[in-house]
Amino acid sequence: MEKTIEQIYVDALKQLKTASDPESIKSLSIHYIGRKGIVTQFLRNISKLPQKERPQAGKRANEVKKLLDQKFKEALRELKTTTSETTDQIDVSLPGRIVLQGTLHPITQITRQVCDIFTRLGFDIAEGPEVETDYYNFEALNIPKNHPARDMQDTFYVSENIVLRTQTSPMQIRVMEKHTPPVRIIAPGKVYRCDSDLTHTPMFHQVEGLLVDENISFGNLKGILTTFVHRIFDDQTSLRFRPSFFPFTEPSAEVDILCVMCRGRGCRVCSQTGWLEVLGAGMVHPKVFENVCYDTTRYTGFAFGMGIERIAMLKYGIDDIRKYFENDLRFLRQF
Amino acid sequence: MKVSLSWLKDYVPIEMEADDIADALTMAGLEVEMIADRYDYLKSVVVGCITEINPHPNADKLKVCQVDIGDRIIPVICGASNITVNMLAPLALPDTCFPDGKVLEINTIRGITSEGMLCSEAELRLGLDTSGIMRLSSQLHIGNNLAKELKLSDIVLEIDLTPNRPDCLSMIGIAREIAAIQKTCVRYPDAEVFDARNRIENFTSVTIEDLDLCPRYAARLLEDITIAPSPFWLQDRLLSVGLRPINNIVDITNFVLMETGQPLHAFDFDRLAENRIVVRRAKEGEVFTTLDLKERILNSDMLLICDGEKPVAIAGIMGGYNSEIEKSTTRVLIESAYFNPTGIRKTSKRLCLNTEASHRFERGVDPGGIIMALNRAAYLMIESGGGRLIDGIIDEYPQKICKKTIPLSVVNTNRVLGTRLTQNEIEKLLKSIDFEIEINTTDQLTVSPPSFRVDISRPVDLMEELARLSGYDNIPTTFPLIPANAGKTIRERDLRDKIKNLMIGFGFNEIISYSFINKQSLDFLQLAPNDTRRNAVNILNPLTEDQAIMRTSLLPGLLETMRHNIAQQIRNLRLFEVGKVFISSNPDNLPEETQMIAGLWTGSRVNASWLSKEINCDFYDIKGVVEGLFTALNIDDVAFTQLPSNICNYTKAGYTAQILLGNRMLGLVGEIHPQVLENYNLKQAAFVFEFNVDQCVNLVSEIKQTKAIPKFPATSRDITIIIPKTIESIEILDSVKNLKEELVENIYLFDVFEGHPIPKEKKSVSFRITYRSFQKTLEDDDINTLHKIITDKLLKEFAATLPV
Repeated sequence: MEKTIEQIYVDALKQLKTASDPESIKSLSIHYIGRKGIVTQFLRNISKLPQKERPQAGKRANEVKKLLDQKFKEALRELKTTTSETTDQIDVSLPGRIVLQGTLHPITQITRQVCDIFTRLGFDIAEGPEVETDYYNFEALNIPKNHPARDMQDTFYVSENIVLRTQTSPMQIRVMEKHTPPVRIIAPGKVYRCDSDLTHTPMFHQVEGLLVDENISFGNLKGILTTFVHRIFDDQTSLRFRPSFFPFTEPSAEVDILCVMCRGRGCRVCSQTGWLEVLGAGMVHPKVFENVCYDTTRYTGFAFGMGIERIAMLKYGIDDIRKYFENDLRFLRQF
Repeated sequence: MKVSLSWLKDYVPIEMEADDIADALTMAGLEVEMIADRYDYLKSVVVGCITEINPHPNADKLKVCQVDIGDRIIPVICGASNITVNMLAPLALPDTCFPDGKVLEINTIRGITSEGMLCSEAELRLGLDTSGIMRLSSQLHIGNNLAKELKLSDIVLEIDLTPNRPDCLSMIGIAREIAAIQKTCVRYPDAEVFDARNRIENFTSVTIEDLDLCPRYAARLLEDITIAPSPFWLQDRLLSVGLRPINNIVDITNFVLMETGQPLHAFDFDRLAENRIVVRRAKEGEVFTTLDLKERILNSDMLLICDGEKPVAIAGIMGGYNSEIEKSTTRVLIESAYFNPTGIRKTSKRLCLNTEASHRFERGVDPGGIIMALNRAAYLMIESGGGRLIDGIIDEYPQKICKKTIPLSVVNTNRVLGTRLTQNEIEKLLKSIDFEIEINTTDQLTVSPPSFRVDISRPVDLMEELARLSGYDNIPTTFPLIPANAGKTIRERDLRDKIKNLMIGFGFNEIISYSFINKQSLDFLQLAPNDTRRNAVNILNPLTEDQAIMRTSLLPGLLETMRHNIAQQIRNLRLFEVGKVFISSNPDNLPEETQMIAGLWTGSRVNASWLSKEINCDFYDIKGVVEGLFTALNIDDVAFTQLPSNICNYTKAGYTAQILLGNRMLGLVGEIHPQVLENYNLKQAAFVFEFNVDQCVNLVSEIKQTKAIPKFPATSRDITIIIPKTIESIEILDSVKNLKEELVENIYLFDVFEGHPIPKEKKSVSFRITYRSFQKTLEDDDINTLHKIITDKLLKEFAATLPV
């Protein structure tokens, strides 16, 4: 018998200590525990040992093989981590293959926010035509022909009785014609007025709201719209309701918020008034209920409407409404 | 409407600060849009002291003065003769903007520089004197601001009145609102006239031929009037609200209009044929020259004021040139009438003639205020025109407009407003604005509004007054008791939202373009004459030609946006829009509105970087987006095949696919036709897709069912065949799919090759078929047999050959 298994083990460890590169560790590994390695040979030749030494030596040789395997691998791993850290690396500051998301138009984003708030409050969403009859856009809303209230909106005409809707309010009529109370809807969409300057575009977006049930009061209108303003702006936003006039609501109100820019001190955005108009609202006029055959002794309701461009302008600090429809990518990419 | 506080003070004591009044009016429903001091134009006019006067070396009539303005002495050139040394006078510094609109600049007159201007009363609109420089009291402080020294300040409020409040289109109207706010009373102006001699009936008569359009017409007559400029106070009042003074008589009618809200008209009585008034409808096509010297063509819905022969005014809108007050006028007939609001409105709209008078008549003047205004004007004319009144008044008013009585329930009022007003409080509030109250029961009241409140006719009108008077801010904020239902959305809308989200995930930017387009766009897109998209909705009154019709396609918006951005040097664009197109069948019916999506990709697929050079996008990029979109929407089995070239002219023939679901065409994807690019002045290729979103709603299943994940391994086999170029790859894929062989899990195309050594008319295509069984691991033999069957079928079906 040549070397004992213990001697082989000690030799192997001694040689491993002097090995400094992966190649020599790998060849040591082959030399000792490879298919023709010393330990493997030792195991193969175990039958040549005396009968009673065999179990002990076999067990130990297997142990040694396992231990050496472990030590070699460990040594290799150590060597790898130290060398790769110092010599092999990439320039991580180079730009990656960026995957850019597109952007939703700011009008889409604000419309979604508005709709989300109201659907959480239990309002259903309704949609309707943008080219509308004079009846739905005006007459049914208590704006007869030859009434000065028609001057409040400059109308695009398609024919004598067909217009581009000037407001989303015709949706009130369309919904009430189809449904009996309680009615709780909001109707987002495009509207059109012939007007074009820094603060007006001939097309813009509105969201209309309507709630009709028994015992709905002006106080309720204040409640719902206060909640809305607090959600779309923030809880610190003060608001005020002031009397106004819309032919299809009475009492009518305009809702102002404390200027988001100057917080009421007065600035260019609020024309020094400290307040910004954001919503029109009011109790549904009995004439409107009569036009859809609702029982005015039983039901009351409120309606409101807002311009999305206006809210987006306030939230994003946009100063020219025409930017929305120029679709300049340098504008769109900011949202 | 503009009101000046100094004028308002003639009718109501004003105790509050201007800002507080503005705020209170706004909260009472009269929105104050602007507060300004009407003497703001004096902000750079100071008190100057002339310290030296020398003749101008190069001009006989001019003098060179040295003027002390406190901190320095400046040279000023002046032509007035009344200046003296040590005289104090108003001195306008450069940049002063005079009431007539002129802006003062530093001037050099014949070689000498003038650094300011000494002013007359009239130039500063502080009086009528134009004869010389205004002489100021020697008590004033040199160098101080003139307005401050003279205590000139008059706040003017600009009020945006809603159409329901014509009663506030006057000083007295606003004064009434302020009185209600301050809980004080209005003092009405002097209108008491002492009738003189003769009876008016001996001179003139009024005949109303159309009582519908003119329910009431009153008149008075004055003689021995001297036409002259108005006194300064009167001119000043008119100027303070932006009206131009003309002469004493016309100015008084305007003054009373602004004061009471009742439009008046003054006729030269001697120019009225037969000295009488006839109120009648115009004849169809009748021509009349208004005092602005414009010829108006009238129709029979319009009302005319005539004399014994001819028209002299368009009722309630504008007087005629032929009866205007002239310098020589001595006798004046004053008209004060009530005209039907709708009639005035129609006429004014038709003639495009909007005047202070028509503005008030079409909203409704106070039928009870006619006589008071008439007397007030007569009173002022006697006072300032030196004339005499002819005794009596003509008041044609056959059918009295009766007083309205409106029932009001306390319970209902509180139900609508959400308030707890008592009957007593309601009574007090309504009385504060001159409403008369009768109490019937503990709940019921009968309310009569004053005649000037023409907007009040229903109980709800009274509730609004109560809400307004008690203050919207004082109405408790409450929440409705409503079921806690979660709001429902609309499937179509949800799908659009989902598509938008997916598109931005693909790197596309959403645009929103105008729904109206130029009519020319249809030609730009080369739409065929019979294309339904030529049936656009025409707008009768577009703002510009670019917005003359409603869009029938989203493409013009995308192409215009592409052009805009490329002009801004942004050439790599991925854009999409979701919105409606409008197809009209008949201009008297509503058009068909369809929600479409369209996308456009132009410029690079891969931007130039250290990793790669720039690679331009192509057809397969945009097609990939569409495929990704449908996959994400779980709409399977969408196929793309060559679009027959006669269907779409705005994409390049041969480079356009139709998106098919079964036999139904959902939309198309293709490359924009070079001629269309040229029409839009575009130079780089663009790839687009469009489809009908509404149509997809029913294709998207709301229920998803999962499939089991396979347990056994798959094996794949490739096949390459050579086929005629004209065969679309989809035909081969379909042919394999149509076998419905359950072991074929998937087939995909991984190579297409044309060119040597493949014959000219042919191409080589390679597919990989994946075989898998759900029951077992497949043996080679099973697969080989099946693969052979498939290969043979393809070879036969497509006259294909195998590569050599």
